[in-house]
Amino acid sequence: MSVVLQEPVLQEAPIRSRRGIVLETIRRRPSAAIGATLLVLVLLGAVLAPVLAPYDLHKQVGPVFGHPSWSHPLGLDDGGIDMVTLLMWGARISLVVGFAATLVSMLIGGTVGVAAGYFGGKTDTILMRITDYFLVIPDVPLMIIVAAIWGPSLFHIVIVIGILLWTSTARVIRAQVKSVRERVYVKRAQAIGAGHARIVLRHVLPQVAPLLIANTVLTIAVAIFDETALSFLGLGDPSRISLGKVIENAFQRAAISTGAWWAIVPPGALVALIILSCSLIGQALEDALNPRLRVAHLSARRFRLRPLVGRGSEAL
Amino acid sequence: MRGADYVIKRLGFAVVTVFVAISLNFALFRLAPGSAVSNLARVPHATPELHQALKREFGLDKSKGAQYVIYLKQLVRGNLGVSFENQQPVSHNLWVALKNTLPMVLLGTLFSIVLGTLTGVVAAWRRGTAVEGATVTTALGFYSMPTHWLGLMLVILFSGVLPTGGMTNDFLINPSFWTHLKDLAAHIALPSLTLGLVLYGEYTLIVRSAMLETLGEDYILTARAKGLRPWAILRRHALRNAMLPIATLVALSLGYIVAGAILVETVFSWPGIGRAVYEAVLQRDYPMLQGGFLLLTISVVFFNLVADLLYFKLDPRITQ
Repeated sequence: MSVVLQEPVLQEAPIRSRRGIVLETIRRRPSAAIGATLLVLVLLGAVLAPVLAPYDLHKQVGPVFGHPSWSHPLGLDDGGIDMVTLLMWGARISLVVGFAATLVSMLIGGTVGVAAGYFGGKTDTILMRITDYFLVIPDVPLMIIVAAIWGPSLFHIVIVIGILLWTSTARVIRAQVKSVRERVYVKRAQAIGAGHARIVLRHVLPQVAPLLIANTVLTIAVAIFDETALSFLGLGDPSRISLGKVIENAFQRAAISTGAWWAIVPPGALVALIILSCSLIGQALEDALNPRLRVAHLSARRFRLRPLVGRGSEAL
Repeated sequence: MRGADYVIKRLGFAVVTVFVAISLNFALFRLAPGSAVSNLARVPHATPELHQALKREFGLDKSKGAQYVIYLKQLVRGNLGVSFENQQPVSHNLWVALKNTLPMVLLGTLFSIVLGTLTGVVAAWRRGTAVEGATVTTALGFYSMPTHWLGLMLVILFSGVLPTGGMTNDFLINPSFWTHLKDLAAHIALPSLTLGLVLYGEYTLIVRSAMLETLGEDYILTARAKGLRPWAILRRHALRNAMLPIATLVALSLGYIVAGAILVETVFSWPGIGRAVYEAVLQRDYPMLQGGFLLLTISVVFFNLVADLLYFKLDPRITQ
C-alpha cells in the first residue's frame, strides 16, 4: 500500500501594484466605493451649482418658510429662498473651506512629518514635542477665540483649522518616513552623493504621498465639521453662505418653532453625508496603504476622534 | 526606565504644557491689536474705582513683559479679571458655569461609555454578520452628524415631551426637593442624550477595533484550543486586554468633551461653561473668553495626564 503524499503547494503572494491594492480594498470593503460615489455626487452638485441650481441664490421665490412642493422639493428658507439652491451653493463654500484648510494642514503636517522622520535625532525630538503641544489645544475654543479677535472671515477659518489639524498627519507621515529612510535604495542614493533635498523629493515623498492623501481625506471631514460649528456659533463669514451658515440661519430665525423642519434637516444631513463619505474613503485608503495597520497589534486606533473630542486619537 | 521616572516625566510634561497654554492665552489676548481686546480694565459701566483697581492689579500701564509677569502672579491667586458683562470676577462666573456643565457632561459620557462598549464588543464578537454591519453603520452615522444639528433633531423629535432649553423651570415657585429633582432630570435629558449619542458612535468604533485586535492575538487562539467557553474567552481574555486602549481613550476624550459641550449647551441654553464661552463671544466679553479658554485647555491637559497615568497603572510594561 502506498501513500501518495501530496506536495504542499506553496502559494506565492502576488505582488500587487499600488492601483491593485486600491482596487482590492474597494472589492473587500464596498463601503469605500459607496463613500466615493456619494462624495463625487456632492462635489458635482457643488461645482455645478451655477448651472444646476434651479433658482437665484439671492432672490425670494416664494413665501417665508414655504412648504416643500413640486417646484421647491425641499421648501423655502426664512428669506423665501429655495432650499435646493441654498444647499448647492452652501456645499460649495463648505467644501472650499474643507479642502483649503486641509491643504494648509497637509503642507504643515507633511513638512513636519518628513523633517522629523528623515532627520531623526534632535530635530525629531523637538518637532514631536511641538506636535504634542498642538495636540492638547482644544480646537473649537481656539477657533472661537481667533475668530472673535481677528473677526470672522473665511480666510481666518481656513488658516485656524489648518494650523490646528496637522498633528495627526505629522505623526503618521513621520512613522512612515522613518521606515522608508532605512531602505536600501535610499542608502544607495546617499552613497552616490545625493543631497537631502533630492532624496526627500525623489525617493521619500513618492513613497509617503499616498498615505498623506489618505490622511488628508479624513482631515477634510474634520475641517468641514469645524466650519459648521463655527458658523453655528455666529463666527462664520457673514458674506458667505456655507452649510453651517444655513443651519445657523434656520436656528436663529426660529425654524423649529415655526415647524419648518425642511429648513434645518437637509443642510445638517448633507454635512453628515459629506463627513460620512470622507471617513469611509479615508479609512479604506489608510487600511490599504498604511503598513502599520496591517499588523494586527498596531491597528487599534484607526478611528480619528471627531472634533467634539479633539484630535486625540493618536495621542497615546 | 522605572515607574517613578515615567510618572515624573508625564507630570513634568503636563506642567510645561499648562505653562505654554497660559503664555499662549496671554499672547492671544494681550498682544492683540487695539485696546478693545487687550485692555482688561475696559469694563463697561464700571465705577472709576474698579477701573483704577484693575489697572493697578494687572499693571496695564507697564510694558508687555512686565504685564506678563503680573498676569502670572495674578493667575496664581486665581484672579482672572472682571467680566465685562456682569462685573463679577471671571473666576466666580466660570466656577458657577462649571458646576452646571459637569453633571450634564458626566451623564452623557456615562451613557456613551456603557452603550458604546456594549455595541462595540458585540460588533467585534459577531464579526462579519449582519449584526456587525448594523452596529457599525449606526455608529458611523452618529459619528458623522454635526453635534448641534443632532441636538436640533432631538429638539424637533421631543418638543412638547421634554423641555428643550434651560436647566430648570423658572415658573416652579419654591418647589419641594423631589419636584426640583424631577424638573432637573427632565431638563438634563436632551443635552445629555445629544452628547451621549455623538460620543456613543465614536466609542463603539474604538471599542470594536480594540476588540478585533485582541481577538486576533495568539492567546485567544490558545484559549479557544483549550476549549474555554466563549463567554469566558470574551470576558477574561479579550475584554480585559482590550480595555487598555479603551480606558485611555475615554480618559483622553473627557478633556475635550468639556470643550465640545459648547455646541450642545448653545442649542439647549444650558447655563454651563460652553454657553458662557458662547455668550462671551457674542458680548465680546474678552476677560471671560480668556478665562474660559484657559479652563478648557487646562481640562484637556489634566485628562491627558490622567490618561497617561491610567495607562501606566493598567499596563506597567509601558516603562520598559
